[in-house]
Amino acid sequence: MLKNLRAAAAILVFCFLTFYFLDFANILSAKFNIFARLQFIPALMSRNIVIIFCLIFCALLFGRIYCSFLCPLGIFQDIVIRCSKNAFSKKKIVYKKNNFLLRFSIVIICAAFFFFNFTIIIAFLDPYSVYGRIVLHLFKPVYLSANNILSFIFNHFGNYTFYQIKITMLSVFSFVVALFSFVIIGVLALKNGRLYCNSICPVGAVFGFINKYSIFKIQINGEKCANCGTCAKNCKTFSINSQEKKIDYSRCVNCFNCINSCPQKAIFFCANKNKNKNFPPLDANKRKFLLFGLSAIITAPVAAFAQTKEKLLKNRKIAISPPGSISAKRLLKHCTSCHLCVSKCPSKVLKPSFSEYGAGGILIPIMDFERGFCNFDCTICTEVCPNNALVKLTKEQKHSLQVGRVVLKPELCIVHTQNWNCGACSEHCPTQAVKMIPYKDGLTTPFIDADICVGCGGCEFICPVRPQRAIYVEGNEVHRQARAFDIEEKDDKEITDFGF
Amino acid sequence: MKNNMNRRGFLKGLAVAGAAFTLKMNGEMDVFAQTVTNPEQKNSVDLVAVMGGEPDAMFKRAIEEFGGIGKFVKSGQKVVVKPNIGWDKTPEFAANTNPILIKEIVRQCVAAGAKEVVVFDNTCDEWKRCYANSGIEAAAKAAGAKVIPANEESYYTKISLPKGKSLKDMKVHKAILDCDVWINVPILKNHGGSRMSISMKNLMGIIWNRRIFHVSNLQQCIADMCTYDKKPVLNIVDAYRVLKNNGPQGRSLEDAVLSKALFISQDMVAVDTAATKFFAQIREIPLSDVKYLAYGQDLKIGTMDIDNLNVKRIRM
Repeated sequence: MLKNLRAAAAILVFCFLTFYFLDFANILSAKFNIFARLQFIPALMSRNIVIIFCLIFCALLFGRIYCSFLCPLGIFQDIVIRCSKNAFSKKKIVYKKNNFLLRFSIVIICAAFFFFNFTIIIAFLDPYSVYGRIVLHLFKPVYLSANNILSFIFNHFGNYTFYQIKITMLSVFSFVVALFSFVIIGVLALKNGRLYCNSICPVGAVFGFINKYSIFKIQINGEKCANCGTCAKNCKTFSINSQEKKIDYSRCVNCFNCINSCPQKAIFFCANKNKNKNFPPLDANKRKFLLFGLSAIITAPVAAFAQTKEKLLKNRKIAISPPGSISAKRLLKHCTSCHLCVSKCPSKVLKPSFSEYGAGGILIPIMDFERGFCNFDCTICTEVCPNNALVKLTKEQKHSLQVGRVVLKPELCIVHTQNWNCGACSEHCPTQAVKMIPYKDGLTTPFIDADICVGCGGCEFICPVRPQRAIYVEGNEVHRQARAFDIEEKDDKEITDFGF
Repeated sequence: MKNNMNRRGFLKGLAVAGAAFTLKMNGEMDVFAQTVTNPEQKNSVDLVAVMGGEPDAMFKRAIEEFGGIGKFVKSGQKVVVKPNIGWDKTPEFAANTNPILIKEIVRQCVAAGAKEVVVFDNTCDEWKRCYANSGIEAAAKAAGAKVIPANEESYYTKISLPKGKSLKDMKVHKAILDCDVWINVPILKNHGGSRMSISMKNLMGIIWNRRIFHVSNLQQCIADMCTYDKKPVLNIVDAYRVLKNNGPQGRSLEDAVLSKALFISQDMVAVDTAATKFFAQIREIPLSDVKYLAYGQDLKIGTMDIDNLNVKRIRM
């Protein structure tokens, strides 16, 4: 019963979250990012006290249910484990020791990085972000291929419910990272169950710690138990020592599989009565380790400050951070690179960065005008961000937000080099920060007013000059307010003649 | 029985009154039109210009002069109606063709027995947003059209342009290649690059590889593109609202001017010449600056000499 409840909830969360990432047609509204916002690290990054409080409160009450009910990477591993059930039942080892040192040191390092506003390690380890990247970089191309096959068939018969979408590699590095995490975590799950959650995952370690003190716990009734070991065989986390009839609560993820499997019905999920028996007191080694952890907290910022920005793109000296990020610096403090904004961007202007933000900003979303430009009225990235790394913007706020400023190189412009009409840049400029003004022989030439530029990149995207473009956007280190453009006087003069 | 007679009598009266009313209306309009109609070419009108009505009413009136849409769209044909849906803007901005006009054109095509009516444009802004916010997707669908995507290269096929000077080939949307007839429905706009955006420029929405235009003489490329032998059967220029400033996109509602006009011709160069002259009343634009008109005339796509055409001018 409990297991079925867990499985049903988990499948619901998993499907919604996965589909939310895949959903290029925006069938689900932006509000469905609630499943992303409920995740622990995003809640922490967005300083969402309510959600953090609820998650911890639930954990204190019922234990580590985040890991079984909400965590998409955990549920993904459960699915892998479920699919490999046959292989799994043959497992020889049924109980493993807890790797306290590894787990604790990872938590300490992550905490240190968090307090010093440096997210890169968390970005690589946070289960939600890891899963987001897996969906975007691995599952989405498959989903789009299926869509393209369907659309090919439907379009052939004159039905345009489905339409073609070009599949592109957003970033080789992100793809490799996603592929590695997928393969490693997948194989670990096949062979070792929830090993990732109980050795690497910092969220798992935190909830594992809370789990020890939770009120409701899975418990073995020693009198009923026949030491058959079925529960241990069915345990995804190798945390049941059936010989001693003990459960390592720091690793138990409350999946309730053991309750269902017990032939004696000797396992229960109930309020804990013998509080102090289940976990040992801190020993001297652990104390030493705490000291080590503290020293890590002190040294981490040194590493953080040592990270300097590397050489950037050809034209652009300062990387352009997405709308709502306020500055690259602030973005790097809050973003864990789940790439939800990248997945949702309809204009394909967001992509994972490589070295543009410096080494500490690897994988963090960046604006790039190779495949598109930022739609003037679109605010979707700021609406979906669960970390609040992109602060929600209204259409009006975004209209006056300047993420970067236009720079023109007249010596490269077609109008000057060839004496031909062009104006592609001005055509795409929503504020006419690039305006065509009279030049010679009836030609018009671009003229820029960077103060009213919003940095959407329309001009850079469309400029036909290669290899270096004649117009581009230079990033603003800190986003600014664009000056409002002058509005032309309304022409109300009635036209009464044809003019010919 | 008595009742029946009464109703019949009433209907008769109504019919007579209605007929008289329409006669009167037509008569009045003829007074305006007669001043310019060339008596020798009375039966073949080259260009119709209408002023002063709503987009759909002006089209209804104008197409009558050509003998109705049935002259161009035959029963069982596949028709493409190609508006300008280039930008993520609502109709009031005058960046896209008026949806009411599109709706009426589609409706008439369907009524004329078209097997299917397809609407699409290769947009500049993100296509789904353009289709939705222009109001064209909803309007066209409501009238029975099929609104199809044009967002990926796979929807296009390469064709050659033997008559082109700078542009030797281009990738055309398959819907255009597959259709029996197509109708070009641009909006009249100021354009920062090509100076004016009307029916010739609107052809850029049926092709994929248009970035090349800007690096191989845009004005010549626009004319070259129009040498494509599958020409639109009608060019219907929407000038209900025209974009005076900051074209082709516009940045504020003040950039649009309510001018309530519509021009129709089978000749792209002629209708663009007429529309440019109309636009010149709102904002100065010498015909010589819109170079693709002269280039188009040189390539024998049409004529700029609209004074020698049979032009019908109608005021509503």
